Amino acid sequence: MNLPDDDVLTLPNADTLIAQLAAAIKPLLTENSVLVGMHTGGVWAAEHLHPLLNPAMPHGSLDISFYRDDFERIGLHAQVKPTRLPFEVEGRDILLVDDVLYTGRSVRAAMNALFDYGRPACIRLAVLIDRIGDRQLPIAADFVGAALRVPAHQHIHLVRDEDANLGLKLVDIK
Amino acid sequence: MTLNPQLNTDGSLRHLLTIDGLPRAILTHILDTAESFIAVSEQEVKKVPLLRGKAIFNLFFEPSTRTRTTFEIAAKRLSADVINLNISASSQSKGETLLDTVDNLAAMQADMFVVRHAQSGAAHMIARHVAPHIHVVNAGDGRHAHPTQGLLDMFTIRKYKGEFHNLRVAIVGDVLHSRVARSQIHALTTLGVPEVRVIAPQTLLPTAVEQMGVHVYHDMRQGLRDVDVVIMLRLQNERMRGARLPSAQEYFKYYGLTQDKLALARPDAIVMHPGPMNRGVEIDSAVADGKQSVILPQVTYGIAVRMAVMSILAGN
Repeated sequence: MNLPDDDVLTLPNADTLIAQLAAAIKPLLTENSVLVGMHTGGVWAAEHLHPLLNPAMPHGSLDISFYRDDFERIGLHAQVKPTRLPFEVEGRDILLVDDVLYTGRSVRAAMNALFDYGRPACIRLAVLIDRIGDRQLPIAADFVGAALRVPAHQHIHLVRDEDANLGLKLVDIK
Repeated sequence: MTLNPQLNTDGSLRHLLTIDGLPRAILTHILDTAESFIAVSEQEVKKVPLLRGKAIFNLFFEPSTRTRTTFEIAAKRLSADVINLNISASSQSKGETLLDTVDNLAAMQADMFVVRHAQSGAAHMIARHVAPHIHVVNAGDGRHAHPTQGLLDMFTIRKYKGEFHNLRVAIVGDVLHSRVARSQIHALTTLGVPEVRVIAPQTLLPTAVEQMGVHVYHDMRQGLRDVDVVIMLRLQNERMRGARLPSAQEYFKYYGLTQDKLALARPDAIVMHPGPMNRGVEIDSAVADGKQSVILPQVTYGIAVRMAVMSILAGN
């Protein structure tokens, strides 16, 4: 795939990570499992994971804007996306997907959001990148594509091109 | 330095006082955010923690059921504490000025005022007066503006019609006295609706209404031809006494929406009304309860739109 930034080349290939995650997750799926991607990178990752896991498995997307803990400091995010969970959350085995696990705050918000839809039987977390260091909450992923150490002055996140190809990207924090 | 008292210096929305002068991007952002709040109303727990610990005062100097209730529900679904004040019945009858009332409530750590007042400009006056951390939402001031109603109407139109750029919209009735109509017209033109029509007798139109970018029709049958959206306005009974109209019966004959008049609009046209309706005056019951009516969805969408407005203001 063609991505403009050379940094991408130094990072793991997103499709490879997704294939590895799918292989690790698949044996543990039950009839009760549902897939939930977190906006925006997690939704993209979940869309790519879904056909590799089980195309018949219900899947949804979650926006955590209304549950973030930084509303007081930065207000509402410019682009709030609709949450779509076209299944009962009550009693389900939820596989929550995000692109990067870093401070753990987004996952905390996502769990609060999910519980407002019902009481899941369990929630497991799958991430493409487990960013090492600076975890601020007692949260860990159940499935990890790759664990990476990223310089403090940079963000790592998933990008998607016009053909829906995924790639990882490093961005300097302004 | 900004000339628009609703905006912060960075262009973000601080108060919502009128739709007039707001950029399209802000209107679209509110509608998009409201879309996300629709999902909250479908949750098992119909509440998000966004405005937890905030005190929102509903200051209603004029009676209202629908608007006040939906603002209250919206605030509660955002986890704010809501205090409803029906002020015509309290301090003002004892002679306290509007700004003294506001100062007292601000001293009770108010974070937001939702204001309904019979006087045009009341919400502006409060917005200019309050401390920088307090936000003001105009819930209707005199004949001037009712921006959240205008926005929920746009949300409803977008839900049913998808886009704005290919629509014909007709607003029918007492435009002269209607803050709702003014807010709708500003919103429709800002969002790019190419043809906005107003249909009313001359006595119920503001002078130079054409300057707001609308086409004027006095004949309802002509005006409804091929429209996608019909917005009916409430005929206020007191206008009858002001001799602007001969009688409710005659008004209904010429400007009441019946099935046969509605048949002139596009077959998939939707019928809207901000409420409260006068059945048999501006709208026939068969239309109000008919399959083209979206009057009750308007009320439901009003909650999500008001949640969007309050959460965007509180975060700016």
